[in-house]
Amino acid sequence: MSSHDHDHDHSELSDTELRVRALETILTEKGYVEPGALDAIIQAFETRIGPHNGARVVARAWVDPAFRQALLDDATKAVATLGHVSRTGDHLVAVENSPKRHNMVVCTLCSCYPWELLGLPPVWYKSSPYRSRAVKDPRGVLADFGVSLPKDTEIRVWDSTAETRFLVLPMRPSGTEGFSEEQLAELVTRDSMIGTGFPKTFPKTFLKTPGAPS
Amino acid sequence: MNGVHDMGGMDGFGKVEPEPNEPMFHSDWEARVMAMVRAMGAAGAFNIDASRYYRETLPPAIYLASSYYKKWFLGLENLLVDKGFIAEVDIAAGRAVQPAKPLKRGKFAIADVERIMVRGKFDRTPQAAAKFKPGDKVRAKNIHPTTHTRLPRYVRGHVGVIERDHGCHVFPDSAAMELSENPQWLYTVVFDGTELWGADADPTVKVSIDAFEPYLEPA
Repeated sequence: MSSHDHDHDHSELSDTELRVRALETILTEKGYVEPGALDAIIQAFETRIGPHNGARVVARAWVDPAFRQALLDDATKAVATLGHVSRTGDHLVAVENSPKRHNMVVCTLCSCYPWELLGLPPVWYKSSPYRSRAVKDPRGVLADFGVSLPKDTEIRVWDSTAETRFLVLPMRPSGTEGFSEEQLAELVTRDSMIGTGFPKTFPKTFLKTPGAPS
Repeated sequence: MNGVHDMGGMDGFGKVEPEPNEPMFHSDWEARVMAMVRAMGAAGAFNIDASRYYRETLPPAIYLASSYYKKWFLGLENLLVDKGFIAEVDIAAGRAVQPAKPLKRGKFAIADVERIMVRGKFDRTPQAAAKFKPGDKVRAKNIHPTTHTRLPRYVRGHVGVIERDHGCHVFPDSAAMELSENPQWLYTVVFDGTELWGADADPTVKVSIDAFEPYLEPA
């Protein structure tokens, strides 16, 4: 008795696949999209954007006070000065964490996200649980990520309701004095730039590695 | 519109469940849908506000039961039919039956990919002086437009403070309906958690939205 449920699920999935394929055929036959253009879009998204772009911005801000200030003043302009980072559109706003205030970003209405710097948003960011609770119970949401903050830390939630996009500038982990910009960038996680996590703390063995910064 | 997409503050959706090492797409068709939306938008078939509006107008039960890219697909199909770029007979046949309708910016070509890897510019020349400045107390109007708006329900009627002035931007409420860009001043408005969620709410929480001037009145 092969599972009816399984077949049913499978055929539903196929239905979506077939419909998507049909729409692509229609758009191509009507001459709206050049063949190959969709592949080129997917390839660009898969290879050129991602949290490594945001991590380099954060690491630069940690080592360069003038860049940090420029980033907080006008993030779009500041990021544009880093030639190696993916270009960013308007209107990027960088918000800085401090011992007194933790920033967290959400889009309650859809899925607005600084994708040039962080890549396409993860499923949880676009999901009903995150979108519904982030503005009402941010500490509860952080607990879902295993993150807790001191009771008196202000939590500031930024709901991305317009074409502004927010990048959290997390606090530089202690004990990273003397780290190079590249080493620092490796500590910066995607979630730390959304505000649902912290930068990685480096493993202790790293410190014991000969030649590692002390 | 007071749709189910406007879910800030709703209860009952459960825990947030991050997926370790999540891939960019979970199936090939998701990537195709993403690319079709980007391409047709860039070709001028619709603007970003219209594409959001068409996802919001999906029936609530379908909206909640559909994955993210399924919503994108359903919204895209409806939008292209409504704007006359495709017809129901095309969909039924699975191929182009009706003749094409000219696109504002012409066929999307491989050479156009570079252009869509940078987000568009939405700031515009101001049509009038800004009514508010940072530090001003404002109330989010108690309005309930039945079409697209970016004023979430959970702030309506509540008092906050202008924190930032972002200049003048395309007004989504107008753009979604393809009326005009109707640029409006845009501000970050900060609300205390207790103002939004009542006296028992966490006093350390502050929430901001980016609000267009027509959403606000002096308080």
